[in-house]
Order: sequence, then C-alpha cells, then structure tokens
Amino acid sequence: MAYFLQQLINGLALGSIYGLIAIGYTMVYGIVGMINFAHGDIFMVGAFIALIAFLALMALGVTMIPLALLLVLIIAMVLTAAWGWTVERIAYRPLRDSFRLAPLITAIGMSIVLQNFIQVAQGARVKPLQPVITGGYEFFKDGEFTVIISNIQILIVVTTLVLMTAFWLIISRTALGRAQRACEQDRLMASLSGVDVDRTISLTFVMGAALAAVAGLLYLLYYGVIDFYIGFIVGIKAFTAAVFGGIGSIPGAMLGGLVIGLIETFWSAYFTIEYKDVAAFSMLAIVLIFFPTGLLGRPEVEKV
Amino acid sequence: MVEPGTSFGQRLKSALADSLLAGVIAFALFSLVLGLRTEDNVTGLTLQPRPMLLAVAVGIVFFGRLLLNLFVWQAEYPLTTPFAKLFTRDPFDRRDSLVLAATAALGVLAFIGSAVFDVPAFELIAIALLAFVGLGLLRRLIVHVFPDMPYAHIFVVGGIVFAVLFPLTAYALDKMLNLGLPLRYWFDLSILVLTYVMLGWGLNIVVGLAGLLDLGYVAFYAVGAYTFALLATHFGLGFWMCLPIAGLAAATWGVLLGFPVLRLRGDYLAIVTLAFGEIIRIVLLNWTEVTNGPNGISGIPKPTFFGLPFSPFAEGTTFSQFFGLKYDALHGIIFLYYVILVLALITNLVTLRLRRLPIGRAWEAMREDEIACRSLGINTTITKLTAFATGALFGGLAGCFFATRQGFISPESFTFIESAIILAIVVLGGMGSQLGVAIAAVVMVGGFEALRHTEGLQSFFGEGFDPALYRMLLFGIAMVGIMVWRPRGLISSRTPTVALNDARAASPDLVGQGRA
Repeated sequence: MAYFLQQLINGLALGSIYGLIAIGYTMVYGIVGMINFAHGDIFMVGAFIALIAFLALMALGVTMIPLALLLVLIIAMVLTAAWGWTVERIAYRPLRDSFRLAPLITAIGMSIVLQNFIQVAQGARVKPLQPVITGGYEFFKDGEFTVIISNIQILIVVTTLVLMTAFWLIISRTALGRAQRACEQDRLMASLSGVDVDRTISLTFVMGAALAAVAGLLYLLYYGVIDFYIGFIVGIKAFTAAVFGGIGSIPGAMLGGLVIGLIETFWSAYFTIEYKDVAAFSMLAIVLIFFPTGLLGRPEVEKV
Repeated sequence: MVEPGTSFGQRLKSALADSLLAGVIAFALFSLVLGLRTEDNVTGLTLQPRPMLLAVAVGIVFFGRLLLNLFVWQAEYPLTTPFAKLFTRDPFDRRDSLVLAATAALGVLAFIGSAVFDVPAFELIAIALLAFVGLGLLRRLIVHVFPDMPYAHIFVVGGIVFAVLFPLTAYALDKMLNLGLPLRYWFDLSILVLTYVMLGWGLNIVVGLAGLLDLGYVAFYAVGAYTFALLATHFGLGFWMCLPIAGLAAATWGVLLGFPVLRLRGDYLAIVTLAFGEIIRIVLLNWTEVTNGPNGISGIPKPTFFGLPFSPFAEGTTFSQFFGLKYDALHGIIFLYYVILVLALITNLVTLRLRRLPIGRAWEAMREDEIACRSLGINTTITKLTAFATGALFGGLAGCFFATRQGFISPESFTFIESAIILAIVVLGGMGSQLGVAIAAVVMVGGFEALRHTEGLQSFFGEGFDPALYRMLLFGIAMVGIMVWRPRGLISSRTPTVALNDARAASPDLVGQGRA
C-alpha cells in the first residue's frame, strides 16, 4: 500500500511534466492540424537554456535560490518561446498550404536540427546539476516503508496547476484565445472577420514553447541530469498524452499527461524497467488505433 | 520580388531593417546555448563564454540575410536563377551566363588563394563553385546534343552503365597499370550508397507511391538483418537460402504491423509506425537470450558465388581456386557490390512494373485522394497492406544484405535516425520518383562521406573540429531547406503514372520525368 502510494506520487509529478509538454502538441494540432514533431526538442532546448541560465546566475552571484529560479523561469520561457517562434517561421509557415505531410517532414528535419545543434554547441555528454531543491515531507508510514513527498514534487505539481489555470483562462477568456478558437474552427472565415491568422498561429507556438520551457526547467530540477536526446522520448510520451486526452483539448492534455506518467511509473515499479518505453509506445499505438478521439476530444469529421 | 523601379536605396533600407531584426533574434536564440558552453569540472558544471563564436553566428545570420535580401528575395534578377535552372530545360540567357562566368572566376580565385595563402578551406569553396559551373556547362551540353531526350533517360542510362562497369573497370585498370587506387574504400562506399538506394526505393513504394508516411521503416530492415543473422548462426544456413526467408519475414511483419494502423490518417499513421519501429528496436535490445542484446550478433557468413566461398582457404574449392586466380580480398567485395546492385535494380524493376498494374495505379490514386478512391470501389485496406508488405519485403532483403556485408549487427544500427535518413532520401529525391531517390541517395551518402574526409574544414574551424558531428546537423538543415524551397523534391514527380491528357498538357515535363 505504501509502495503504491509512493509510486502514485511519483507518477503524478512525472505526469505533470508530460502534461505541460502535451499542451504544446495539443494547441498546435488544434489550430494548424499538424504534429509538431520538433516540440519535444523545444522542450530539450528549454531544459538546456534553463541549465545554462541557472549556472550563469550562480556565477553572477545570485545565490538566493528562489530568486534565481524565478529569473531562470522567466529567461527560459522567453528564450524558448523565441525558439518556438523561429521554428514555426522557418519550417512551418512557408508550407502551410502545401500537401498534408510536408510540414510533418520539415518538423522531423527541425527535430534533427535542434538535437544536433545542441549536441554540437554543448557536447554530447550528459549534463548533471547538483540538487537545487532538497527535502520533503514524511507523508505516511507503513511499517518499514515511508512515503515521502519531496519539495520538488510539490513545486512541480503546484507550478503545473498554476500554469494550467493561467493558460486555460487565456484560451477561454481573452481576445487571443478567442482568435485561437476561431482559427481552429475555420481559418479562412477567421481571417475574413479580422483575425490575424499568422500572428495567432505564431503566438500558439510561442505559448506552447514557453510551457515546454517550464517543463524543461522542472525536468532538470527533478532528475538533475539532461542531455541533447531527452526530447525524443519525452516528446513521444507527451504526444501520446495529448492524443490520449483528446487532441485539441487542453484539460485533456493534462489528464492524458497524468495517465501516461502514472502508467510509466507503475510499469517501472511493478514490471520491468527495461520495457517502460515499450509500454509508452504500445500505449500510443493502442490509443491511436482504438480511441483516436481520446478522452475529452471531439470526433474528427472527414470532409471531402 | 519588389516592384520594378524601386530604387537601390529603398531596397537597401528595407533589407537592412529586415536583416537587423533577424540578427537580434539570432542573438536571442544563440546567446545562451551557443555563447556559453557547459564544461564538466571536478566541482560540477562550469560555464565557458564563447563571445567570438556567438558573434560569428549572429554575423552569419545578419549578413546572410542581407545578401539574400539584396540579391535574391528582393532583386529583379535573383542571382540564384542559374541554380534553379539546373533542374529544368529552360534556356540560359545572357545574365545566367554572366553569373556562371563570375562563379567560375570566383572559383579560380579561391583556388589560387588556397595555394598562395595555404588555406585548405578556400580549396573546398573553389571545388563547390567549380562543380556548380561544371554542372551548368554539362547541362548546356546535354541540352545541345540531345535536344529532345528527357534528362531522366540520359541519367538512367548513364547511371546504370556506370554502376555496372565501375567496379570491374576500376579493378582491371588498377591491376594492369598498378595505380594503387584506394579500391577497397571506393567499393565499400559504393556498396553503402547502393544499400541506401535500395532502401530508398523500397520506402518509395510506401511513401512515394501509396502516400503512407512510414517513420518506422528501419524496423523491417532490422527484421531482415536479424532473421538472417539468427538463421545463419543457429542453423548454419547460407545467405542465398536466407535472403528470401528474410524478405518474407519482413513482409509478414509489414502485414502484421500494417493491419492495425490502416484506419489511421496520414500523420497519426506516421507516429504509430515510429512507435512500432522503436518497439522492435527496444525488444531487440532487451531480449538478450535470443538477440544477444546490445552486444549484437557477430560471425555472420558472407555470400558464396554459386557455392564457391570467397576466402583464402576453405574445405571445398574457393572462388579463386576454381577460376585459377590469385586470392584477393577485393573479389568478395566486388561480388557484394554486384549483389546489392542486382537487388536494388530488382526493387526498381518491380516498382516500375507494379506502377503499371492495377495495384500500382490504386496506390497512386490512394495517394492523391483516399476518399475518392474508396468511392470508386477500391479496397483501400488491401491496397495499403500490399504497399506496406511490398515496401517491407525490400527493406527485409536490404537488411539481410546489410547483415552479410557487416558480418555483425546490433540494435545500434536500427535507430530512428536511420529511418529518418531513408525518409529524407525519398523526400529530397521527390516522392515517387525512382531516379530522384537514386540521385538523392548518392548525393546524401556520398556528400556526408566527403564531409568526413575534409581536412580543409578542420584548419578553418580549429583543431577540435570534427566534421562527422556536423553531418546530422547539415542533414536536418538540408531536409528543412529543400522541403521549403521545393516541396516536391529536387527532382519531383508526384504526377500519377496515368493521368488524363489535360493534366499532361498542364505539366508535360513533370509527366516526362514521372516515367523515369
């Protein structure tokens, strides 16, 4: 029981990170109808920017951890958003009216570019960071086994909840969110009613990238080690989460992220850790094949 | 393109504004990830500032964009016109010739510069410039000598003749004249290129003809390779025996994996095939009892020439003994070259014939419009499955060949990157075009190999520069760049094999190339 509870907590923390990345996939798919394959690598770039920003602040003498982390968060969000904007501008916008698979192919190309750019610029070795946030609470004691909620896990879940709410409010209450939903339904009609479609799509990528940067920072703090390749697997899992929750739906992405995080954690805890990625990939295949609309998604109507 | 009559001053002003903005953005993007490098240290990670590198990167973006703005995007006569014309039959006019002459002059200057100042990087630039001029001249020659013959035919005939004659001629010349050529290296490289040509052609059936984006093609390659490796090491079966088995095993997997994913649309299908590819790789990696895990399988036998092995000594007669030749390790390699050449040509031939059959036409129709296809009574399930299985079959054959050539396989060789490379070859060559895929394979694999051997770059970028690292980076940039510049591929052919005459009249040159 205690073991189960501990895994549940671990799974929720991991799932929150997946959920944050999944929002980027789901918003972009909703509005442009393409899988932003490079989004996982945007997350990776975000994690690297966060790492370097943190080290730079430490070197500059900002040793107050909460202040440093807040600054890192802002820097990472802004710079990663710039990366997201650039990727959209270079690789997707020129192909918006091309055949359906074209943007997916440039997305794969972009993913390769980002991975190898970071590998060339920062080296192929893993980058470890000493634990920044330590400590935790004893939550529950069952014989020998103590269930612990660590501070970092609390930070992850709280940050995710706050950002989720903020973005959900942006989408549902602001003019930008209205424009996004309009573009999602009918891009041509939206542009006729005065919505700047290009700008709205760009901002969608910017928002997705900013959330991915937060996920990158949290991942860095949680695991304490990153490398240039993390974006691939994490990206696939987050995409699975987005599909599972129902692509296009933001609460769905969060829900899907939690489910995927829990599945992965429990699989590693109770079955084999070697096959945990197989579990995630099989999950992806099963979800896409049998529940393509996901938990909270709308069925896609095929139009001629 | 700007309005004609815009003064140079105005153009310069707008170009400068645009380039400045690009420079600022580039600075923001590169400031942390390129300007500061994390270094491992005893005390943990430390940062090492690299202001020069950052300045160079931002400078490249700024000046590159400025030049592009002034001379290509906003110019009345874009300087890239001769480049674009390389792939068409449009006649060169006077300005094109001037650009060509200027490029040639620059190339010669760079060449002289490299000799005088001893900068090998200039030599590289010179070679690139002169190669472009050479291509331009060759193109004019071809247009002059064969005014009516499509390029495609010239390339196909020339390419096949060259591919067939190359190893024997090179070997004979080398032996007779004692040139001491690096034949071993040349043949190994040609075999590698041909393997990718075959994989590209195999994937072209799935992606190019049927329009199903398969991101897990390498899974079938792996199935073929492992089938042969396991049969050979456990049951002592030979290459020729296993080749069809490996092909069939891969095709079976193609059907097995294809069946559940058929209901999915384009990009979902792509992601699921990617997932399957990764699942197969992870299983190969962890199922140690059978596949020997990350250590891989070694001691995979080489193919025999009608039962005659290529080795110095054997229990029976060897190839060299039978023909009374002196043993030479190159014989076996030349034989491997011809094996993969024949396999690749078979792939091509089967594809070309299938395109004329109802099934091939159904593939192309499905690529163009799946709903229309279903409405016309084509069974899309069967059509997709056959495409998957046929593509997988050739992937499996190529995998079997890969195993025998390497003599050793491990899951390392079957990562997603491999799938991406094969896909890039198909995409860059122009989906559906057999000739385009072959040219793309030669250019990509050959080009990367060339990059690996350039000491010139090393002297330019400093000692620690490893060109192999930049391979994948350039590869990704090429993938994005070509897709944006020419979404239909460099040598494009998305036109169906059969089309209405009106459609033909609309784009005669495309249809002509489509027959390649």
